[in-house]
Amino acid sequence: MRWMDLARFSLAAISRARVRSLLLIGTVAIGSAAMVVLTAVGDSAKDYVVEQFAVLGSQLVMVFPGKSETAGGALNASFGGTVRPLTLDDAAALTRHHQVIAVAPVVMGAAGVQYAGLEREAPVLGGTPELLQIRRWKLAAGQFSTDADWDKATPVCVVGDKLARELFGSGQVVGQWLRIGDSRFRVAGVFAAGGRSLGMDLEDLVLIPVADALRLFDTESLFQILLEVADREDLAAVERFALATLRERHRGEEDVTVVTQDALLGSFDQLFNALNAGVLVIAGVSLAVAGVLIMNVMLIAVSQRTAEIGLLKAIGATGPLIARVFFAEAILLSAAGALLGLLLAQLLCFSVRTFWYPELAAAPGWAMLTAAGVAMTTGMISGLIPARRAARLEPLAALGQH
Amino acid sequence: MNSGLIELQKLCRIFEVGDERVHALRDVDLHIGAGEYLSLMGPSGSGKSTLLNILGLLDRPSSGTYLLNGRDTAAMNQAQLARYRGDTIGFVFQFFQLVPRLTAFENVELPLMLAGEPVAARREKVTHALTVAGLSDRMRHRPSQLSGGQRQRVAIARATVTRPRLLLADEPTGNLDSASGRGVIEILESLNQDGMTVIVVTHDPDVDQRATRRLRMVDGRIDTDTGASS
Ligand SMILES: Nc1ncnc2c1ncn2[C@@H]1O[C@H](COP(=O)(O)OP(=O)(O)OP(=O)(O)O)[C@@H](O)[C@H]1O
Ligand SMILES: [Mg+2]
Repeated sequence: MRWMDLARFSLAAISRARVRSLLLIGTVAIGSAAMVVLTAVGDSAKDYVVEQFAVLGSQLVMVFPGKSETAGGALNASFGGTVRPLTLDDAAALTRHHQVIAVAPVVMGAAGVQYAGLEREAPVLGGTPELLQIRRWKLAAGQFSTDADWDKATPVCVVGDKLARELFGSGQVVGQWLRIGDSRFRVAGVFAAGGRSLGMDLEDLVLIPVADALRLFDTESLFQILLEVADREDLAAVERFALATLRERHRGEEDVTVVTQDALLGSFDQLFNALNAGVLVIAGVSLAVAGVLIMNVMLIAVSQRTAEIGLLKAIGATGPLIARVFFAEAILLSAAGALLGLLLAQLLCFSVRTFWYPELAAAPGWAMLTAAGVAMTTGMISGLIPARRAARLEPLAALGQH
Repeated sequence: MNSGLIELQKLCRIFEVGDERVHALRDVDLHIGAGEYLSLMGPSGSGKSTLLNILGLLDRPSSGTYLLNGRDTAAMNQAQLARYRGDTIGFVFQFFQLVPRLTAFENVELPLMLAGEPVAARREKVTHALTVAGLSDRMRHRPSQLSGGQRQRVAIARATVTRPRLLLADEPTGNLDSASGRGVIEILESLNQDGMTVIVVTHDPDVDQRATRRLRMVDGRIDTDTGASS
């Protein structure tokens, strides 16, 4: 039998049993679509997190005030005021390690920003030029020039590009004076557009010298200290150094939390690998269900078409040829299902991108290939038993002549 | 002894049903030459269908030999049997056995398609077979859109489209009124005149009378044979 004839014959049989075929194609489609879409979602989530961290580079050590028992609760340790502050002097002490390239003391808060009668509430970051270096932040114009002495206040600031537009319109930005809280600052620079890291939108932000920020928020404690390490290998050593140094400075008490970039990323990696495995299990189960369904449907088809099989044998079909006929049907059905599934997945991803989350990653090629491959393989394997059963039928018994 | 198309020697077919052994054929000896036109009569259960099925390679004898065209069928494997069924033998069933989803044309095309013939050659042969069967204007009809007589003629066209040497028909008129039955028999006869060997199992004395050689079976044996060729 020719391939074209085989395909035509199978297609005719498939289109005759319409409900059965559609049910089957639908099941396979849902299975493979689920696999593709879930993978795309998982990948996007991973991309998001990795992107957030990638901006920092992976040679980073973060020091927060307060000691947490569990790593997860680290960031809210400053409740109750019993926590000893993390000071600029502490930060300065941390520069004394040959593997530490840069140290950035950071203060965070929010304040009203005013210019010519316009006022906005904006996140305000206190920092030093080292902060720009460590976090790889770029300026579109000007520069963040502060006093080399961290303790010295300088009335300069860098603003996000969106905030700049809102305050100054299309006019000149650098060199203007604006008011943050009660003090006046000269705009020394503008952040480059599109910057974003760790959930902070640079476009809305104001960056002022760390000494000014401490005064503005009337606090002596830093929000965090960032250390950039020359060599990734030395992360652990620097972490130990930071802990030891600060314990010594805080009268023997270990009252800070030190987190390395690596450890954070590592736990996310684990999380995402688990997620991916979960996705594969879900897709695998739905495709296994599809496989059982294909097998059932094909077995029904074989028993319904017993007379036809007998006839085909009586007019010259061999067992293997009959097997090929039914096998071709299973393959066509699962191929149609896989194809529909991929289309469905694209459609779903497209709608998600259009109406909900524009940054949704494209479904990775391997996921589509795997989904289609698994669907086809399932179809073939489940088509095998019915095809063999059909091939073994005795022509006379099948014809029902007796 | 010259070897004709069919040579049966001491052919037996025993069915085992539970503990019982049914002797459907007992020591049948038969010689059929090429181009003969035989009718096969006999009471129900006398073994006519069993004999025809064995001749059509749809069933195998329990003992004895069946030489087809000089070749021992017992020595043929499944693939060879299938090939003989496909190109040497045409079988017409009492209940037509058409594939309902296919048109008359496609039903007749089936044996050629299974044999892997190219499309163009197929079209010509199918059209010819259907024309001989008097159905040139019904080629695109499905079985459900045809009368019983027309369906049986489609079945005959399908059985003959490969130009087999041997045409076997098991009660081809059994489900037809006498007029359509006559039409079917006339087609079989015209095919026989073209040189095809035709064997018809029937209960109809009129059909029987038209054959050039008449066999009568009783209880698994050939009881009478009007023209046993030497
Ligand atoms: N598959 C089978 N299993 C068991 N017994 C069978 C089988 N096929 C035929 N027989 C028996 O063999 C005998 C001959 O049957 P066969 O069908 O050849 O008769 P027949 O002459 O064609 O009868 P009818 O005119 O009713 O068609 C019968 O007794 C029948 O019961
Ligand atoms: Mg019979």
